[in-house]
Order: sequence, then C-alpha cells, then structure tokens
Amino acid sequence: MRSPLIDVRDLSVSYGKVEAVRGIGLTVAEGAIVSVIGANGAGKTTLLNALMGVMPSAGDIRFDGALLAGQGIEQRVAAGLSLVPERRELFATMTVEDNLILGGFRTPAAERTAALERVYQRFPRLKERRRQIAGTLSGGERQMLAMGRALMARPRLLMLDEPSLGLAPRITEAIFEIVVSLREAGVSILLVEQNARAALEISDYGYVIELGSVTREGPARDLAADPRVIESYLGLGAH
Amino acid sequence: MDATIFSFLLQDAATNGAIYALLALALVLVFAVTRILFIPQGEFVAFGALTYAMLEIGVVPGTVWLLLCFGLAAFAVEMYSSRRAMTARKVALEAASKVLLPAAIAVAVILIAPSKPGPLLASLLTVVMVAPMGPYLYRFAFQPMAEASILVLFIAAVAIHLALTGLSLVFFGPEGLRASPLSGDMFEIGPLLVTGQSLSVYALAIGLMGGLYLFFSRTLWGKALAATAVNRLGARLVGIPTTLSGKVAFTLAAAMGAVSGVLLAPMTTVYYDTGFIIGLKGFIAAIIGGLVSFPLAAAAALGVGLVEAFASFYASPFKEIIVFMLIIPVLIWRSLVTHHVEDEEE
Repeated sequence: MRSPLIDVRDLSVSYGKVEAVRGIGLTVAEGAIVSVIGANGAGKTTLLNALMGVMPSAGDIRFDGALLAGQGIEQRVAAGLSLVPERRELFATMTVEDNLILGGFRTPAAERTAALERVYQRFPRLKERRRQIAGTLSGGERQMLAMGRALMARPRLLMLDEPSLGLAPRITEAIFEIVVSLREAGVSILLVEQNARAALEISDYGYVIELGSVTREGPARDLAADPRVIESYLGLGAH
Repeated sequence: MDATIFSFLLQDAATNGAIYALLALALVLVFAVTRILFIPQGEFVAFGALTYAMLEIGVVPGTVWLLLCFGLAAFAVEMYSSRRAMTARKVALEAASKVLLPAAIAVAVILIAPSKPGPLLASLLTVVMVAPMGPYLYRFAFQPMAEASILVLFIAAVAIHLALTGLSLVFFGPEGLRASPLSGDMFEIGPLLVTGQSLSVYALAIGLMGGLYLFFSRTLWGKALAATAVNRLGARLVGIPTTLSGKVAFTLAAAMGAVSGVLLAPMTTVYYDTGFIIGLKGFIAAIIGGLVSFPLAAAAALGVGLVEAFASFYASPFKEIIVFMLIIPVLIWRSLVTHHVEDEEE
C-alpha cells in the first residue's frame, strides 16, 4: 500500500464546551480520492477547517510524515495543503484572473504563469471569463474559480468542501469529472459531500461521520453497498 | 465676491482637499484591510508636521524618542507573544527591525538635524521617522486583537488616539509650530495666482494617489492587500499572511500621514493636538466613500475642502460646524440605501 499523504490521529475540535469533532482518525493515500460523508452538522466542515489550520484542534496531523502542529494556514499552504471552502470565499470584487493569480501567492513568480496556463487548460470557461468580476459569475463558474484558485498553489492534497452545493446536476457532474482528472494529474483529494452517492462513486475510500466521530469506514465500493449507509445516506429521502 | 477672492478660495479648497484626500485614502486603506476605524491617523499628520517644522529650525524632533518607544513596545509584545517558540534567529530579526532600525534612524536624525536640512531631506527624514510607527503601533496595539469586532477595534482606536495626543504633548511640547513653504515661488496661470506651496501639494497628492493605484492594480502585494480587504478568510486560504497585510496597511497609512503633515506644516500652525480635527475631516470624506471606495473618498475630500473654504469666507465662526454637518445627509442617505445583510461575501 502507498504511504499516506495525510495521517490524522485522534483529532478533536471544540467550539467552547461543545466538541464538534471527537477523536477522528483518517488517512488519505498519495493519489487517492477519499470521501467524508455525513449529515448536516456532523462535523465534516469543522474537520476540513481543522486540517487547514483555520481553527485550532487537538490531536496529531501528519502531512507527508511531518507534524503540522502549531503551523498556521500560510505554512500549510506552502507545505501543499489547499482547501476549497463550502462558501468558496472568492475575492468577489476582483477579476477572475486576479483571483487566480492570488491563488498562486505562495507560488514562485517564475512558475505562476505556467500554473495559470494549466488552470486555464483545465477550466477553459475561466479563460473566457478572465476579465470578468468574480462576484458576477454563475454558481458553477464560482466553484470552478474556487478550485482553480486552490490549484494555483499547486497543492498535493486538495480538500473540497461540498463542491456540488447549490449546483445543477449537469454542472455537478462536470465538477466531479474534473475531480477525477485531478487525481490522474497526481493530486490527492479529500472530498466532503452531502451528495454521498456521487462522492462514493468516484472515491477510493470513504468515511462516515456522525456527531463528530467516524462510525464507518472502508473502500468506497463497500460503503456504497453497506445497508446502513444506503439507508441513511443513499436511500430514498437522502440526496 | 470678486474673481480674485474666488480663485483664492478655490485654491485653498484644492490644497486642503488634497490633504484631506490623503487622509481619507489612508483611512479607507486601513479599514479595508484591518476593519479598524483608524481615528489616530490625524496624530500621524501632527507628528509629520511638527517633525518637519522642528527639522527646519535645526532641532532634533521628539519623534526620534517616540519612535524608539514604539519600537521597544512592539519588540516587547512580539517577544512575549512568541515566548514559547523563541529562536535566536527570530530574536535577532525582531531586534533588528524593532530596536536597531529606530535606533539607527535616531542616530541619523541627531547627526543631521543641527545642520538644518533642506525641504527635500527634511521631508524624507520625517517620513522615515513616522512611517515605521505605523507597523509598530499595529504590532503592540491592534494585532493582538485582530479578530475582535469592529466596535472593539474602534474603541481601541479611540483609546490609542487619546494616548497619542498625550504622548504628542510630552514629546513635542505645547508650542505650535509652522514651517516655511516648500517652495516660495508664485506662478501666474491666466487670472490665477498659484503658489509654489499649492503646486507641491497637488503634485505630491496626485503622485501618491497614482502610486497607490499602481500598487493596488499591478503588484502582487497590492492585490493581496486588496484581497485581504475583500475576503479575509479567502486571503488566508491562499496563504496571504494577514497580519503582514495589516502591517503593510499601517506602514502606508503612517507614511501618508507623515507626507500630509509635511504638506500641512507650511499652511497652518500645528499644535500637538491639531491632528484630530484634521483627521475628522478626512474621516468625513472616507465615510462619504462608504469606507470602501478610494476614488469616491478622494472626490469627497475635495468636496470637504471646497465647503470648508467657502464656509470660512461666508460664515467663518461656523466653518467647522458646516463641514461636519456634511456627514448628516450622507448618513441618512446611506441608511436608506444600505441593505442590512450579515453575509457580505458572495
């Protein structure tokens, strides 16, 4: 088995006295797509925020063998972690191209142009709209821009928080195709999704989170066939 | 009113307006990047003016000691906050930027001041002395509470303003000072008689605004600063160090304050507490610009200058009242057109 790119052990995050994430253990192998599924409020977004350093956490996070404890977001970006948050957090008043260039803030200037070209190749729509103000883009384009901006940092692990949220099915499909193509390009993916069926379909491995703890894990195919997972997340009434 | 008076009032309006514009731009910049309503911006103007005026008469300005105090305070706070992750390299770097740098500036000023430096050198020294106060002040006063609410930051800004006014009295004394014009020349342009002083004000103000525009639209750091203003979390996620953005914004603001002070020094007698009222006028312009728009704030600043010039001609005792009343219709208009949304991104 390939060595894990990120190895999380006994991770806990608290909001005041409320523990949103409780002793989560999780790994993402190099070049894998790993999904985290669970209901609203299960702690999925909190988990990603903790891994990125947006909020403080207890426990061990090892990235490429090195402990991330005490490192700020900037150092984690430099190390190769990148998060596309649920709310996208674009620079709404700036152009598409400026958003992308800023995505490469930590990328050496000499390599930034090449990175920009690669993003434009992957998202031709963004190239067409490069001079447009980010706040005027459609939902799907915003998600593409958010992913493009994250890719500008040339991450080794891309974390996507609900990339399909609020998007039409056709666009969701396109976004998931891009996620798969990113794995082929060597980027490991940690995917948090409410759309569990679509997420498990493209994943290698999956975790189910309930009330801040991992309750089930396994190869994505097995999870998709697990009766309890089907009942809670894949069956009628679920997404 | 005849044409001569009219033209003089216009000129007055433009020169004052240009100085208010620099203040307003600094306020918008600091607010956009750090969410701080930077009331003490006027103090930087007073520091700049008093420093320049003292250098002109060959006196070592109190600014050097004030700068040293600021640097030491920032150094102390930095050391305390990183006491758990202290390395020799970090201590050396911090000591160099917060203790050695102000000390070197102090030595240079003490050596140069008695020779009564000319306007150019004196302005340069003034900016060099005042500009580093911005990041030092940010480090010890605002950075520890960078994530606080706008109201808390505002209260802190008021406290800093009061403290700086007091320090200003200690370090500069109660005497008012006025410098001689940057240029004593007069130019006749058609019916207008334009002073060299006014022209220097216009040139510097326009130059600084152009420089700011280029900085924000062309450089990666300028864009990063603008991005921090637009979306703080987004900026952090792409790896922009937001505390450094705060320091850069404060450095720019302090430098702009110092330049405004140099421009103001020959136009009026400046006392240790003059900064506040001037700062408030820049503040009005910044508010009219919604605290977000640079061009609107600059245009509003010219408007403030215009109203002030004509008010002081027609109703001199009420000129400040008239100027400050400008804010009332703006606030009413803003409260009518602004949608109260919690969610400002996207």
